[in-house]
Amino acid sequence: MDPHNLRKLNADRHARRAVVHLTDLADGRDRVVREGDAVAGALGEAIAAAFRSGRSGVAEVDGRSFFLNVHLPPARIVVIGAVHISQALAALARVAGFDLTIVDPRTAFATDERFAGVDLVADWPEDVLKQRPLDAYCALVAVTHDPKIDDFPIRAALEAGCFYVGALGSRKTHARRLERLEAQGVGADALARISAPIGLDIGAASPAEIAVAILAEIIQAFRRRDLRMEAAA
Amino acid sequence: MESPVDMLDPLTVAERWMDDGRDVAIATVVETWGSAPRPTGSHLVIDKDGNFHGSVSGGCVEGAVITEALDVIESGEPKMLEFGVADETAWRVGLSCGGRIRVYVERLG
Repeated sequence: MDPHNLRKLNADRHARRAVVHLTDLADGRDRVVREGDAVAGALGEAIAAAFRSGRSGVAEVDGRSFFLNVHLPPARIVVIGAVHISQALAALARVAGFDLTIVDPRTAFATDERFAGVDLVADWPEDVLKQRPLDAYCALVAVTHDPKIDDFPIRAALEAGCFYVGALGSRKTHARRLERLEAQGVGADALARISAPIGLDIGAASPAEIAVAILAEIIQAFRRRDLRMEAAA
Repeated sequence: MESPVDMLDPLTVAERWMDDGRDVAIATVVETWGSAPRPTGSHLVIDKDGNFHGSVSGGCVEGAVITEALDVIESGEPKMLEFGVADETAWRVGLSCGGRIRVYVERLG
């Protein structure tokens, strides 16, 4: 591997850009291809297919063997609300290998003491998401119960195509939320993508158990996404 | 802040080792058949002293890959390794899970 390519590959991965690392298995020559870069011919088609499926593998092109290693951005969980559930979710996400950010404008909740070692932003989601936009590799978890804080990021997540959008609240709370979002012009298909009540139904009772149910639902949405995308293609 | 995941990420480790002036080999799972413990694209990175990070199997063949990687660092010539079901008469190492994998080992730089 060319050292310049390793640096480029790592920089792109850290910047959450989708890339394919391409190696010619005959001579070891390699290059980094970003999603959207034009590559001609059959090799270009193989690269495009690799981006679509997210699957790494060997491709035979014009009698040569190439290895295409697909690096899609790691899933990032954005939690709206620095509440008890979020404390447990932050610990679980770390173990499961997800990046995680917590956003809550209420400085009484968003304290470093409650969230030691966690990427925590004590500001309004409207402002934070401008600096750090959501993308298709993000899961949004809205758990403040407060429409003033939760509604904007839920809408933003649906627009950005986040692979998971979950919102805490009873069926009644959620029904009112759907009415509000509908009045703001969010379509029925988008609204149907919101997971509420949040989390897989495992009878979770404590905040930590609810965090497990949420993380399990996020993993399910993430791992089954490829299949859904293939079915849609 | 570098997350715990980054600190264990083999390609990030490889870049750090390279910056420290260490000679590095990168091993990559390029194909799998049947039940393989690590998916295609998984990396194991190795330095000249045999230090390593990451995995290409569940610990079954790493020893052999590291030995080959030291040769690759020395020669600069990449190698394709293939591991299959453990068979004590034919193989020194193998995959007890019954799968087969191909591992590409190359020198960084």
